[in-house]
Amino acid sequence: MRRILAILMENEPGSLSRIVGLFSQRAFNIESLTVAPTDDNSLSRMTIATKGDDKVLEQIVKQVNKLIDVIKITDITDRKHIERELLLVKVAAMSDKSRTEVTRITDIFRGNIIDIGKQVYTVQLTGDAEKLNAFINALQNETEIIESARSGCVGMARGDQALRI
Amino acid sequence: MTTELFTGAEMVVKSLSALKVKYIFGYPGGSVLDIYDAIFQQDEIEHILVRHEQAATHMADGYTRATGEVGVVLATSGPGATNCVTGIATAYMDSIPMVVLAGQVATSLIGNDAFQETDIVGCTRPIIKHSFSCRTLADIPDAISKAFYIASTGRPGPVVVELPKDILIPQNKGPFNIETDIKIRSYNPNIKGHSKQIKKAAQTISNAKRLVVYSGGGIVLSDASELLTKLVETLKAPITNTLMGLGGISGTHKQFIGMLGMHGSLEANKSMANADVILALGARFDDRVTNNVEKFCPNATIIHVDIDPTSISKTINAHIPIVGLVDVVMQQLLDELSDINFSPDEAELSQWWQQINLWRNVKSISYDQDVNEKIKPQRVVEALYKITQGDAYVCSDVGQHQMFAAQYYPFAKPRRWINSGGAGTMGFGLPAAMGVKLAFPDKHVICITGDGSIQMNIQELSTCKQYNLPVVIVTLNNRSLGMVRQWQDMVYGGRHSSSYMESLPDFVKVAEAYGHVGIQIDNLDELEEKLTQAFNIKDRLVFVDVMVDEKEHVYPMQIRTGAVDEMWLKKGVKS
Ligand SMILES: Cc1ncc(C[n+]2csc(CCOP(=O)(O)OP(=O)(O)O)c2C)c(N)n1
Ligand SMILES: [Mg+2]
Repeated sequence: MRRILAILMENEPGSLSRIVGLFSQRAFNIESLTVAPTDDNSLSRMTIATKGDDKVLEQIVKQVNKLIDVIKITDITDRKHIERELLLVKVAAMSDKSRTEVTRITDIFRGNIIDIGKQVYTVQLTGDAEKLNAFINALQNETEIIESARSGCVGMARGDQALRI
Repeated sequence: MTTELFTGAEMVVKSLSALKVKYIFGYPGGSVLDIYDAIFQQDEIEHILVRHEQAATHMADGYTRATGEVGVVLATSGPGATNCVTGIATAYMDSIPMVVLAGQVATSLIGNDAFQETDIVGCTRPIIKHSFSCRTLADIPDAISKAFYIASTGRPGPVVVELPKDILIPQNKGPFNIETDIKIRSYNPNIKGHSKQIKKAAQTISNAKRLVVYSGGGIVLSDASELLTKLVETLKAPITNTLMGLGGISGTHKQFIGMLGMHGSLEANKSMANADVILALGARFDDRVTNNVEKFCPNATIIHVDIDPTSISKTINAHIPIVGLVDVVMQQLLDELSDINFSPDEAELSQWWQQINLWRNVKSISYDQDVNEKIKPQRVVEALYKITQGDAYVCSDVGQHQMFAAQYYPFAKPRRWINSGGAGTMGFGLPAAMGVKLAFPDKHVICITGDGSIQMNIQELSTCKQYNLPVVIVTLNNRSLGMVRQWQDMVYGGRHSSSYMESLPDFVKVAEAYGHVGIQIDNLDELEEKLTQAFNIKDRLVFVDVMVDEKEHVYPMQIRTGAVDEMWLKKGVKS
């Protein structure tokens, strides 16, 4: 089952490699991983999307927690939470038809065309993984996808709950 | 007032002094010469020069296992540091605190494939508790102090501190400040067990009909054997130890039913299999204990006490997990048991012990010695027990001799049995024994080893000479990689692929060449006399090479893929 883990850790050299090393060492799966410093520059916030049964997940959470740099980890999957991912996709826009279709689909998904080249459009879309997949599918039906980049998801629990020190 | 300034190398030594370090085990080289120069100019800390960095790690490790003090290793960058990898992994697997100071090329060269540059932090990442990469002078005392704190608290383990050359050299100086009262916001190991869980555990224990206490290395590491003994005597239940936990309770205690697991006693494994409640204390359900996890004690309620949450429900699901220091939790349990006026059901208990005694009567830990036959390795261990009156530090290598030592030398006290249980590192025994002898020069320190293992760090005979470390080396010489050979006999149709040694050296001459005493024992009738002679030579290292029966197998032995209590008792005889 797919799980979203939110991790708060020291923003120090080596911290990221410890997490990544742990996942590969123990044969845990990483679907996506995002990391960046938080508003407090001494901390990094990481979101990992992973897969595994309950037993594996329990081990992942415990093993990550055991790393000295890690302050907190929570599995937000079963809580009310927000999950967002950013997609940049460059599509062929050579004909009038493809240009209109790309614009139309982008509007429907509330994306933005953020750059245009001679024969390409670059579109930005945010949403959860499912929405991004649907968007890519829709584009594929109308035109050719030249390049795409996804950020991997970031997640946060809804409401008052907060992952902080 | 001007503050005094120090070089990074001086800071390393001052930091170690501040942390009350007595010995550094190491080997010099380019990147750490400044530290060696600083060591030379002080006399608070003694440096022990080994002959191979792996031995430095094992020596530090042995020192730590015997004393409880954190061992310190110093190695140069590149090959010096990578030579430590096996020793770090060995310490990691057995949760031994260790601080490894590894030289590194200058910060400006890092990443350039400079001479003797190895990413030692990267190399060791999966086998350490934590690591520090120092990049400035001010990092040094902080990193070393934190390294000690992290290594020795919670579930202990090795910590690597990387020290680039340019922050050690005399041209760079800075003020020295060290904080020894460490707090790390992201690291707060549990100490006390959750009171609700303690209550649940005490209740479950009260209702148990067939309780077994199963304790491991955690008891030894936290010096909790007195408390364990008290708890076990309160419970009146049988207790078994893991290979790492031997000595946690006296090996001659009447409630002790022997080691469990692959080469454990029948009574220990049978008791586990038939228990209705298992109280696991500082043990981790290693695969060498459980045998087939699918078949492991299906009817038992498992109470698992461990400092490391990842050890709980990793292989075997715990019904009552308790995270905390094992000594603290045992005290909590004792308090709770007394609060609920615990007293075991005598009728049930006596039935349980009757059953256990039937298993005991099988005498699964036994062997046959014919007077005209070659010496049985088990007999050698028994003789050692007799001669040292069970009061020696026994360090072992890895193989059949290790199992014979564990089975036939009942340890009265913790920290007396020193072996590489988790990693199973051949070559561990001699340097570990040297570390113990350094700490306890007046005690009997034995290295029980094999003809294979001893050759993996035999160069340390030279270190023993230099520092006068008269350990007694006893090689159970079966002219083969016995444990490998045993598996080949049992599983591979007797095909002895690369498991024997056709070019063994004359160990007596080897010992003599290094300036020690060598004794060879061939016949059973001279065994005790010559061993006694060896122990009477107090001021010199004695290497006793005992020719033992090469055909002997270690029994009992769990049958692969079977339940915990499915064992071979002898060749062709199942439990
Ligand atoms: C460094 C290392 N290499 C290989 C092994 C695998 N191994 C386990 S026991 C053993 C044989 C040990 O032979 P010896 O030291 O003579 O002991 P014996 O079993 O004969 O008593 C081997 C090769 C190991 N444990 N460690
Ligand atoms: Mg051998």
